[in-house]
Amino acid sequence: MSNNIIVEREKGLVELERRIAELRQVSAAQPLDMSSEIAALEQKYREILQELFGALTPWEKVHMARHPARPTSLDYISHLDRFDELHGDRHYRDDPSIVGGFALLRSRPVLVIGQQRGRDTKENLRRNFGMPAPEGYRKASRLAKLASRLGVPILTFVDTKGADPGISSEEHAQSEAIATCLAEFTMARVPIVASVIGEGGSGGALALAIADRVIMLEHSTYSVASPEGCAAILWSDSSKAEEAAARLKLTADDLHRFGIVDEVVPEPLGGAHREAGAVVDRTLEAVDAAVTRLSALSPESLLEQRYEKYRRMGEWRAEGLKPTG
Amino acid sequence: MPDWHAIKNTDGRRGKETEGADAAMWSKCPKCAEVLYRRDLAANLYVCTRCGYHFRMHAYDRIAAIVDGEFVEIGRDVVPSDPLGWTDKKTYPAKLGSDREKSGLSESVVCGFGKIGAFDAGVGVMDFHFRGGTMGQVTGERVTMLLEESRRRKVPCVLFTASGGARMEEGMLALMQMAKTTAAVTRFMEDGNFFLVVLTDPTTGGVAASFAFQADVIVAESKAMIGFAGRRVIEQTIRQRLPDQFQTAEFLLDKGAIDMVVDRHALKDTIVRLFEYAVR
Repeated sequence: MSNNIIVEREKGLVELERRIAELRQVSAAQPLDMSSEIAALEQKYREILQELFGALTPWEKVHMARHPARPTSLDYISHLDRFDELHGDRHYRDDPSIVGGFALLRSRPVLVIGQQRGRDTKENLRRNFGMPAPEGYRKASRLAKLASRLGVPILTFVDTKGADPGISSEEHAQSEAIATCLAEFTMARVPIVASVIGEGGSGGALALAIADRVIMLEHSTYSVASPEGCAAILWSDSSKAEEAAARLKLTADDLHRFGIVDEVVPEPLGGAHREAGAVVDRTLEAVDAAVTRLSALSPESLLEQRYEKYRRMGEWRAEGLKPTG
Repeated sequence: MPDWHAIKNTDGRRGKETEGADAAMWSKCPKCAEVLYRRDLAANLYVCTRCGYHFRMHAYDRIAAIVDGEFVEIGRDVVPSDPLGWTDKKTYPAKLGSDREKSGLSESVVCGFGKIGAFDAGVGVMDFHFRGGTMGQVTGERVTMLLEESRRRKVPCVLFTASGGARMEEGMLALMQMAKTTAAVTRFMEDGNFFLVVLTDPTTGGVAASFAFQADVIVAESKAMIGFAGRRVIEQTIRQRLPDQFQTAEFLLDKGAIDMVVDRHALKDTIVRLFEYAVR
């Protein structure tokens, strides 16, 4: 049994898909016309799909964002015209949970950086389930600095539960690595376009998401803390995660409304993995449009706009001052 | 320029109590269990006279211990709202209300200007007694105002951190304060101004991973707990108990993450000495 509620739900559909495919084969192999049976089954399939995935709750989106078949950073990067990976933080090691390198986006040189989770257990172990260590963030900082110096736009793909919370990461100053990454992205004199493609987990996600334009897939999530972590802290009860997911306002629509996300890329019914190629193309199209638009700006106005964008983030009340003295 | 009003902190609004104690006259040291007379404790900068344990200080007590003469507070009229309409066991406004009651503060940071030794400086002090020092939108706004105004005045800025990280009750808007404060820090530093951070117990999560570790010089108070992930989270992840020393100021010094560990009694002198090298 999978602990992913979307994967569980898809199990019945897989059986239906198999029967439709079988019927198609049988129908093709013999003169008997079975098109009405096939059409009926397909109709039923569509209805179930609509029922299961037509309107996802925030908790369901959390699981959709973590779906094992959901396109990962490398699925996007492999759709770029070209990619040459660059490795390492130049200090200690290469962290495979962040991939980065030069690429061509519609023949324009770009520098791409993304968090990379595994697509199976073995790869997940190697990539630490997409949770970067300080070395990963130092690689990202290094590449952002390089891009800035060369005048090459930066594309990022955000997909992480969060920064790695292990002993070695603390020993190697995870806080400093993320803090420096934030600073490098803030100061980079080139357009930055971030795409939240899966799970955007807290500061470890934000480290790659300070950008002039933030794009987010419809069923991705982006949150100050994981719903499980939030529930454990605030209710001392991790079974309240579903309620936390609803309260945290972590969906693309919520974040678009708050002005934290600039653009939402729609996903097909049932999630991005059902038509991965089309979703990747659509996302890269939005990225390309943003890079083109931002490239018209001078570095100075780019930096000014970026500063103002983040300067305005947040709301508060102004309270009448009590007389003093 | 942000629209702010400088107000003088002359109405005696102070923190009421220090951790482990109520408003009574006695405080018990959480480390050695010594019962301490409050006036003695205050006179000793809230350091246990027996074992040297550093109590978590209230913001205004810290300011009184560091700033010479008048402290002119900024941003006190900027107070938190409830953008998510948050409720867990209590509503967020109710939690804010009781924190305010308990701590005498309207947010987790107090910012302003004053003299430290001979130097005019921007001073920000986070207070763990308000929402665990978590960074909400107003925390981020006040820190940003402090850095922008320090930049305008061309004065150094010292920030005392104490924080459990980004505040959950404000969701992503709280997380975005990491980006906002970072932007303010980089502008402040790019202009050649000196940014000093004093890490106090505890400094973790989104505050550690943004302005705290972006400083020119990072000082930590003795024995302060400092890290990115909380101790419990790490222990749950690795399924083993961590050594007591892990994530202490001394541990970070040994790992090369911070510049120095300083006893609270020597802190003010240390700040002045650093300003003497770095500020002109």
